[in-house]
Amino acid sequence: MTDQNECFLPEERATPSRRQFIKGVIASGVAVSSTAYVYSSWGQAPAMGGGAPERLLSLSVNGQLRRVDVLPNETLAMTLRYKLGLTGTKLGCDRAECGACTVLIDDVAHYSCSTLTHRVRGRAITTVEGLESPDGVLHPVQQAFIDELGPQCGFCTPGQVMSAVALLKVNPNPTRQDAREAMAGNLCRCGAYDHYVNGVMRAAKGA
Amino acid sequence: MANLLIGKDFTPPDVRGKVTGRAKYAEDYRAEGMLFCRLLTSPMPHGRVRSIDTAAALAMDGVVAILTADEVPAFDAPRDPILTNEPHYVGEPILAVAAVDETTAENAIAAIVVDLEPLPFTVDPLESLRPDGPNAREAGNASIPREGVQTRKWTAEDFAAVGAGELPMGEPMVTWTFGDPDAGFAEAAVVVDESFVTAGNSHHSMEPRTAMAYWQNGKCFIHGSNQSQSFVLPGLADMLGVEPASIVFIGENCGGGFGSKGSAYPVQVIPALMAKKTGRPVMMRISRAEEYAVGSARAGFQGRIKMGFRSDGRLLACDLCIVQESGPNQGFGDWTSAAAAVTFVYQPLAMRFRGMSIMTNTPPRGAQRGPGQNQIANAVEPVLDKAARELGIDQVAIRRINAPGLDAKYGEQQGPVTSAYLPEALDKGAARFDWAAKKATSGQRRGSKVIGVGVGQAYHTAGANGFDGLLRISPEGTIYIHTGVGNLGTYSYASTSRIAAEVLECDWEHCVIVHGNSSRGLPWNLGQFGSNTSFTMTRTNYAAAMDAVAKLKAIAARDLGGSADDYDIGNETVFRRGNPSRRLTYAQAASRAIQLGGSFSGEEMAEDLNPMTKASVRQLAGTGLIGAAKDTLERVGAVPALAAGFVRIELDLETGKFEILDYLGVADCGTVNHPQGLAAQVRSGAVMGFGLASLERQVYDPKYGLPKSVGLYMAKPPTYLDVPVQMDADAVDLPDLQNPVGIKGIGEPVMGCASSALLCAISDALGGHYFNRSPVLPDMIVNAAAKRPQSHRPLQVNTD
Repeated sequence: MTDQNECFLPEERATPSRRQFIKGVIASGVAVSSTAYVYSSWGQAPAMGGGAPERLLSLSVNGQLRRVDVLPNETLAMTLRYKLGLTGTKLGCDRAECGACTVLIDDVAHYSCSTLTHRVRGRAITTVEGLESPDGVLHPVQQAFIDELGPQCGFCTPGQVMSAVALLKVNPNPTRQDAREAMAGNLCRCGAYDHYVNGVMRAAKGA
Repeated sequence: MANLLIGKDFTPPDVRGKVTGRAKYAEDYRAEGMLFCRLLTSPMPHGRVRSIDTAAALAMDGVVAILTADEVPAFDAPRDPILTNEPHYVGEPILAVAAVDETTAENAIAAIVVDLEPLPFTVDPLESLRPDGPNAREAGNASIPREGVQTRKWTAEDFAAVGAGELPMGEPMVTWTFGDPDAGFAEAAVVVDESFVTAGNSHHSMEPRTAMAYWQNGKCFIHGSNQSQSFVLPGLADMLGVEPASIVFIGENCGGGFGSKGSAYPVQVIPALMAKKTGRPVMMRISRAEEYAVGSARAGFQGRIKMGFRSDGRLLACDLCIVQESGPNQGFGDWTSAAAAVTFVYQPLAMRFRGMSIMTNTPPRGAQRGPGQNQIANAVEPVLDKAARELGIDQVAIRRINAPGLDAKYGEQQGPVTSAYLPEALDKGAARFDWAAKKATSGQRRGSKVIGVGVGQAYHTAGANGFDGLLRISPEGTIYIHTGVGNLGTYSYASTSRIAAEVLECDWEHCVIVHGNSSRGLPWNLGQFGSNTSFTMTRTNYAAAMDAVAKLKAIAARDLGGSADDYDIGNETVFRRGNPSRRLTYAQAASRAIQLGGSFSGEEMAEDLNPMTKASVRQLAGTGLIGAAKDTLERVGAVPALAAGFVRIELDLETGKFEILDYLGVADCGTVNHPQGLAAQVRSGAVMGFGLASLERQVYDPKYGLPKSVGLYMAKPPTYLDVPVQMDADAVDLPDLQNPVGIKGIGEPVMGCASSALLCAISDALGGHYFNRSPVLPDMIVNAAAKRPQSHRPLQVNTD
């Protein structure tokens, strides 16, 4: 399931001269507009990591090509939330424990808090914002979660939705046991597990 | 009033935003020029700042300001401080740094030199109570309600007077007695006497308590994570030293609180103070690790309970002692609430309570779902089973004979209650769970695995009165229901708003709930905590809607003749009884209200409304027909929420692991208002209960006082794999007698009934081995199964 190449970061293999090159090609004005969400504040020179070099990347997010300046150590969750304005992806722990930040990378569920943005160049990223059709029709999982009253506080919900979508892509007819195992990486402190599994089963039936 | 909406499911308006990612939480807001703020926190459990050198940090590029304890409002101990120069727990905020981004702020914190003098500390209340034991604070070790910090010690004789593993009891801070407990014990057929421990545990709200704030036109705008809406304003205002009207609080969604975000809390005003200092918006993200320090926790108990039963199982006498671990500050009233719960759930004919609230150098304690009631359920319910075993009666039967009904007595004063249907909940649950048949499988073996069954009960007060309701009928005929309830995720902000629509007999599709932002004109409502919302705010919305109905009828009488009493409402019209053609639509009546002015359109209002509600009415005045009223309906006695839980498990004697095979929770929440929401609470409350019973606890290194359970994987809130594949839920569905629509709350007991039922089932699987400790962990089960001694001392706390 997991791409073995993910174990190696391009940056780790980069030579000093390559790093210099990277620094040299940073473009600022053409990156994601400064009126969108930026991690450092407006009107300030980027001051992350003591002047660490940002690099302009093209990312495929929810079917769109997004150009964005990315730091070497930047996580996908931070890029999505603070540079692309996609705040549906939540940060509950920022350390791969809770699953609130779950997104799809090439249709496989990943914790975006623990995925470096540089590693997902050329990959298809789907966030919770990318599920609804342009005419407002919800993804079957989203609709089923509404119908079964899955969410409570709702903070883990985007992650739960994404894990359920990922499950149904590989297993369109899961059992309740399949569903709880597939969703086990998504914590819900409200404890709404039963209703989320009800939602998965309803979505599978309707799909 | 026809029953149009009560008992019917609906889609709460905020659910769609939650599944699409559009729902905004505090960290999802941005403001131009926003700074980021990080905290420098204490590395030790108790210390005093001797000096702080910030020169290098302030010289760094991108660092904008540093805020120290000397610059923020100070409160009298033991109130939780905003920032402190004498930290009393690991992770307590000492100062805050604002910078252009978080990395810069963190780098600045690394460059700050804080010279801290270590001071004595304790993580065990009993240790602190010893004659020469350490105190959590320089001023003492006990938080006396309304008296501040004092030192309480017990004598060496107090400690020597009890046997091994028994809780000593010296002079208590609080004690009360009703009836004659000694006579009851003398008369009892069976007396059980057990010392116990219930562990403290963290809240683990999925959304850390992030806040963003800025000042604009003299007002402070705060985007925060709070369970409550209107209720947090006075607290925020108090901490910031401004009037509540000077604060705009935006809390459309709250990513979980479980009691820890019920009121305004000190750390959330740091961005507001920093924004004032810098003149720029400030975002303060709280990390998961920080959340374990500043995110509140449930108090732990070291306790002892003696119960004397008649031969038929009736509880004649009870003697309860609790030493509560209250953290370093004022703590929370779990200990006294626990005693009140025992008076109610078991209806003892006589009872004595002795209690202590002792400070430790651990995170500040606050309310956590069923604070006190759920710990004591975990301690007492297994003891009840022990007595049942000795008496030779069934576990459900011993609960049934003591269970509170409509004539039940509550508290040390033995006062009345508004309604109680625990006997009905037990009966309904035993039948639906098929208790008798499942109990017959108790003890069945399958290899190393054995079946256990358990039943548990829990209680919480579930309602208050005296708050305000507010609604507006617009000239277009839309009914805007304004609610000051927070959005904790139970959807009760919406389900209680529906009572206004119920009274007005209007189409729910024509209603809009206005909530989540104090600038929208919200009424004064109680906080969303303590299972109270359903009782309290159905009453406020009922009162506001009744006020609107009276105004509709008065306008109709004025325009169409006769007196107001000649008119009725229906189909969003007010019409003359016997002559329905003489009618006004709600839209027409709202237009007339604007023309007539006065109280019809909110130009005038009732004197008894809260100032916050009055300001909101003035804000809405002249825009429609205003219904605004204080809940002055009668309430005599406590409002009980009750629940019974039934569990069957299969426990592996070799590994100590178990699987929950079946779960049923039955709620007494009065008339069921929102069936799907109730079912969600019954099931999900059980999940949290299973965590309390078998997974979650705080652990400290006793030598250095450092916390060890500071990650989700260490503190272990339940996952999908820790709970049953499917759970069952039901409700008694009989009306509360003092709510106009029969409704009361339920949020907390649905947790405690499940946690205590699980502990009973574990004991049952082990043939009646009582741990007198929660959580029960796999190593404890393996030791018990192998008849080996446990690795902990009987009353030891906060250690692995």
